[in-house]
Amino acid sequence: MWWLPRGLLLGLFAFFVFGPLVNLVLWSVAESWFWPNRLPSQYGFRFWERVFRPEGQAMESLWLSIWIATLTTLLCLAVSVPAAWALAKANLRWRAAILLLFLLPQAFPNLPVYINIARIFFSFNLNGTVIGVVLVHAAHGLVYSIWIATAAFAAVDDDLELAARNIGAGAFTAFRTITLPLAAPGIAASAVFVFLESLDEFTASYFVGAPEVRTLPLLLFSAAAGGNMQVAAITALILLVPSVLFMLIVERFLRAEVLAKVGK
Amino acid sequence: MLPYLLLAPALFVVGAFFLVPLAFSVIGAFEGPQGPTFVNLANAASLYRMDLVFTLLIVVASTALTGLGAVAIGGYLTLGRSRTALRLLGAMYRWPLFIPFIVAAQAMRGFIGQNGLMNNTLVWIGLMPQEWAQSFLDWRGIVITFVWKQLPFATLLVAGAMAALDRSGIEAAQNLGAGRLRILIGIVLPQVARNIMVALVLSFVTMMSVLSVPMMISGQSPTMLTVAMAWRINSFGDYGTANALGLVSCILTGLVAWIWLRQAAAERAR
Repeated sequence: MWWLPRGLLLGLFAFFVFGPLVNLVLWSVAESWFWPNRLPSQYGFRFWERVFRPEGQAMESLWLSIWIATLTTLLCLAVSVPAAWALAKANLRWRAAILLLFLLPQAFPNLPVYINIARIFFSFNLNGTVIGVVLVHAAHGLVYSIWIATAAFAAVDDDLELAARNIGAGAFTAFRTITLPLAAPGIAASAVFVFLESLDEFTASYFVGAPEVRTLPLLLFSAAAGGNMQVAAITALILLVPSVLFMLIVERFLRAEVLAKVGK
Repeated sequence: MLPYLLLAPALFVVGAFFLVPLAFSVIGAFEGPQGPTFVNLANAASLYRMDLVFTLLIVVASTALTGLGAVAIGGYLTLGRSRTALRLLGAMYRWPLFIPFIVAAQAMRGFIGQNGLMNNTLVWIGLMPQEWAQSFLDWRGIVITFVWKQLPFATLLVAGAMAALDRSGIEAAQNLGAGRLRILIGIVLPQVARNIMVALVLSFVTMMSVLSVPMMISGQSPTMLTVAMAWRINSFGDYGTANALGLVSCILTGLVAWIWLRQAAAERAR
C-alpha cells in the first residue's frame, strides 16, 4: 500500500488540472443540464452546429481573430528580425536597456495603458478598427519576437557568416543565405508565440476593438455574460485547442541552446 | 549607425503604442478640468480603498500559493523516485500553460459553482453531503483560477532551475542520511531562490492586470482594481479616477519589481 498516498495526491492534482477542462467539454455537448442532474441529461451537437454555421457570428469572429493574429505576427516579424539581428550581432552600448524596454509592456499592468490608447486612437479614428487592434497587440507581442529572435541570432556561430564573407558573399547575401536560415526555427517559434498572444488577447480588444471588432475572446465574454454556457464553452474550446497543441510541441521548436540565450 | 536604424521601427511600435499611452495615464491621474489636481487620487482612495486591499490580498495569496505549488511539484520532479509518478506529474502540470485567462475563467465558472462539476463529483463519490456544497465563485474562485493558470509557468521556471543543479550536493546529503524534505529545504531551495523570485514577480504582475477573471468569476463588490478601472471608463467616462487607479496599480507592481531588482543586485554583489 506504499503507493496509495502518492496515487491519491496525483489523482487530486489531476482532478484540479483537468476538472475545469472536462467541465468545458461537457458543457459544449450538453443540450440540457439542470440541477439536480449531476451530469447533462441530454447530449448532442446542436450548439456546435449553431456555432459553426457559416453565417454564424462565431465563424465570423474566428476568421477575424485569425486575420488579426496573422497581421500582428507579420508586423512583429517585420520590425523584429532587423532589430533582433542588431541586438544579437552589433556591439550596442544600450543593449541591456533596449531589451528591457521591450519587456515593459509585459511588466506593467496593461489596463491603464489600454484605456489611454483607446482615447488616443479615438482622435485618429483607429478605435474599432482592425489596424488599431493589430497595433496594440503588436506592441504587446514584440517582447516574444524580439527576445526569442535575438537569442536565435546569437546562437548562430559568427564564423559561418565570416566564412561566407571570405569567399566573396556580400553582407546581405551572407545574412540571407547563412544566418537567417540557421535562425529560422527560433524565429518561427517566436512567431507562434506572437500569434497565440494575439489570438487569446482580451483586455486590449475589449477597450480598443469592441464593439465593432468582435474577436473570439470578446465573443466568449459576451456569450458568458449573456448566460449562454454552451456557446461560451464551445468558443473557449476553439481557443483552447491551439494553446494546448503549442504547449505539447513548443520544446521541439525551441532548442536548448536558443532557450539558454533568451534575455541574455 | 546601421544597427540603430534597424532598431528604429521596433522602438517606434513600443514607444507609440505603449510608452506614450503609459505617460498619458500618469499625467491623466493628475489632470482636472481646471489644471493639475489631486482630486482624482483622493476620489480613487475614498471610493476604492476596499478594492485595493481586496486586490492585494487576492494577488498576494495567489502568488504565495503558486510559489508553494511550484516548489512542491519542482521538488518532486527533482527528488522523486517513482518513475511512473514522475512521468505522470511531468505530463500533467503543464496543460494550462498557454491557455488564455478568459478560457480559464470560463472553465472554472462551471467547475467551482455551487452545482458545478467539482461539488457534484465530490457528492457523487460520497466524500461530502449535498448540504455542504457551496459556491466558490467569489474571491476564492479568483485565487483558484489564478493559481490554476500560473502554476505551470512558475513550475516550469522552478523545475528547470532545479534540474540544472549540480547533483553532487544532493547526493552527498543523501549519503549522509538526509531526508528528501530536508534536502529540498536545505540544499535545493537556497540555490534556486532567485529563479523562484523571478517566477513569482512575473506572476504577480500578470495577475495584477487581468480583467477577464475577476469580471467573470465574481461580480460582487469589493472587486479587483482592473474591474474598478473598466467600470469608471464604461459607466462614467471618468478617465481621471481610472488613471489614478492605474497609477496606484503601476506603483504597486513597480514596488514589487524594485524590491526584487534590489535583492538580485545585492546577491550579485556578494
